[in-house]
Amino acid sequence: MTLIRNSFLASCLFASAAFAQQTDVTVAIQLEPPHLDPTSAAAGAIDSVLYTNVFEGLTKFTKTGAVVPALAKSWDVSEDGLTYTFHLNEGVTFHDGSAMDAEDVKFSLDRARAEDSTNAQKALFAQIAEVTVVDPVTVEITLSELNGNLPFNLAWGDAVIVAPESADTNTQTPVGTGPFAFDTWVQGDRIELVQFDAYWGEKPALTAATFKFISDPTAAFSATMAQDVDAFVGFPAPENIAIFEADPRFQVINGSTEGETILSTNNKMPPFDNVKVREAVAHAIDRQAIIDGAMFGQGTPIGTHFAPHNPDYMDFTASSAYDPELSKKLLAEAGFADGFTTTLKLPPPSYARRGGEIIAAQLRAVGIETEITNLEWAQWLEEVFRGKDYGLTIVSHTEPFDIGIYARPDYYFQYDNPEFQDLMAELTATTDPAKRSELLATAQETIAKDYVNGYLFQLGVATIADANLQGLWPDQPTQAVDLTGVSWK
Amino acid sequence: MKQLTLICGAVLTLVFFAVAGMSFLWTPEPVDIVNIPARLQTPNLTNWLGTDHFGRDILSMLMVGARTSLAVAIVAVVIGMGLGVPLGLIAAANSGSWLDEVISRTNDLIFAFPSLVIAILITAISGPGAINAIIAIGIFNIPVFARLSRAAALPLWKREFIMAARVAGKSKARISGEHILPNIANLLIVQGTIQFSLGILAEAGLSYVGLGAQPPIPSWGRMLAESQTMITLAPHVAIIPGCAIVLTVLGLNLLGDGLRDRLDPKLRSTRT
Repeated sequence: MTLIRNSFLASCLFASAAFAQQTDVTVAIQLEPPHLDPTSAAAGAIDSVLYTNVFEGLTKFTKTGAVVPALAKSWDVSEDGLTYTFHLNEGVTFHDGSAMDAEDVKFSLDRARAEDSTNAQKALFAQIAEVTVVDPVTVEITLSELNGNLPFNLAWGDAVIVAPESADTNTQTPVGTGPFAFDTWVQGDRIELVQFDAYWGEKPALTAATFKFISDPTAAFSATMAQDVDAFVGFPAPENIAIFEADPRFQVINGSTEGETILSTNNKMPPFDNVKVREAVAHAIDRQAIIDGAMFGQGTPIGTHFAPHNPDYMDFTASSAYDPELSKKLLAEAGFADGFTTTLKLPPPSYARRGGEIIAAQLRAVGIETEITNLEWAQWLEEVFRGKDYGLTIVSHTEPFDIGIYARPDYYFQYDNPEFQDLMAELTATTDPAKRSELLATAQETIAKDYVNGYLFQLGVATIADANLQGLWPDQPTQAVDLTGVSWK
Repeated sequence: MKQLTLICGAVLTLVFFAVAGMSFLWTPEPVDIVNIPARLQTPNLTNWLGTDHFGRDILSMLMVGARTSLAVAIVAVVIGMGLGVPLGLIAAANSGSWLDEVISRTNDLIFAFPSLVIAILITAISGPGAINAIIAIGIFNIPVFARLSRAAALPLWKREFIMAARVAGKSKARISGEHILPNIANLLIVQGTIQFSLGILAEAGLSYVGLGAQPPIPSWGRMLAESQTMITLAPHVAIIPGCAIVLTVLGLNLLGDGLRDRLDPKLRSTRT
């Protein structure tokens, strides 16, 4: 009897010891990266897997979106604000063993901003005039004009530091300086990372990590429920979250993203070139119904193209409040008393497909008929984003701090307002925080009062994780699944 | 027993037609009104079959969805019969000639493709929508009817009454229309019923992958697709349209079987 009890106790001990020793994690995300080089594609899924885990930049975003030192331990700004001197950490090595020094920084930045660069965010580097190597651990960046945003810009996944030797092969075998090194990629299924022994900074608690790609919401639910994955970041079926909340095996972390979900409006296509019509559309939309109906309550209403968690956010939801009567009146004033018909082209995510049906019903109530077309992402990029062949569409703009797209008249919603463009130019050249806040407030008000797009809600992100897993980012200030702070209880 | 098959099939099919027909006159609630607070209700007295994720009445959605299925399947069968039967009759009348070869080999070619995959291809190229779904399903009905009518007509051309008609100087076209067609009509009706049920399945399949009727037009396939992630939350939202598809297709197949037993002269003669 004693023997049995002892062996039972022993097995309990072993079991708990084995449990405490778990140092690997399997994280699921919805989309698989098309390739693994964050410096040459816009696909956010690349950053989800690699940002901060495998690749690092001079600066980086924390889980709150704050910009903190990364490969650069500090930086100085000259009196005139045109020269930034970055002091690099010493003893940093790439995963292939070669040292990371100022030459690699110069190479990475010059490569990203070159004429023939395939970087998806070249605008981040537009003000950089020259990158000079002072000594192996000091880099000087000279700007052609003032840009108070430089440390922020350099924190993007598109600005990570790569080595000249591996830059061209990063698409298949990424080599960075991060705490995790790339191990294997089974296409269509998973990517495996292992801890990098020679990491320069603090070692993460995890020794290995697997990213699994599960795009189908039903499969995502099954895999998470069966605990095939330890965490699902960006769980794609908001309707099922209540089930996980009620289950003690899981924790549900509701966070915010940089995704302003908007009813994009083709500002050059009649009748949307008439501001009265755009205003009528804005007042025809009941945001709360869309948030509840499409997202099962996940999301924060917005009235302009700015993230509500940003300290500079201004609430303009009242200026486009739900008021179908006012909407009908505005349509009548614009000469569309009998309404009109337009197209509503919807990409695959459920916020667009479900939100689209709800918006179509709301617009129908004020007399605007929409012809809904469901598109795949490739078709959407071709027809809507590049071809500008649409009346209305719904999409979430997930880049951080992207109000600058309204200063690009050739951008797909074709908003052309010289005043706004001047405002953005002034903002770029301003470093004083108080003045910047003021300019940002004006910018938000301008696009809200011009009713450029229908501003719907800030996209939420739900992470469903094992109850014992801690340290995952609740919010998505940039698209990333930072595993450096993740550990098991 | 044989009668029972026919009766069950006929009743289910009649219910389907009646529901689709009634939706033109009356539905419990309008189907294009979104009412989020009332979503995902289980069946109750106001909403007999509950509400979906937008708070729309599922019974009303089913009724209007039946109309979509019916319209797509009927037009697709009409296209298939309208083009396929004349082609088959021409091929049979000119059996062995180059015309027969061209028609028969083209049929074989179209038959060689998996029909639903090609339907997806057609709608992917020409854009999703009910009209394109009809065309895609219709095209695949053509060789079915062409082959059937050719095969059924061939032996008839050797029969005495056809010989008599030819001796009397009737043209091949007239013989095909006046003598052959009435004699193969039974077969065509049976095949039409089967193709009709396949058409309903194909429409549901295309809508399920998002290539059939576009929202806000209700469609059974899309009702299924949209409710599948909610199956743990509100199973009835997926089960009800699923049952509707099953019962309709079952009904049409039973009707087809029952009709064949009654109408097919070969089967009739073996039994007596």
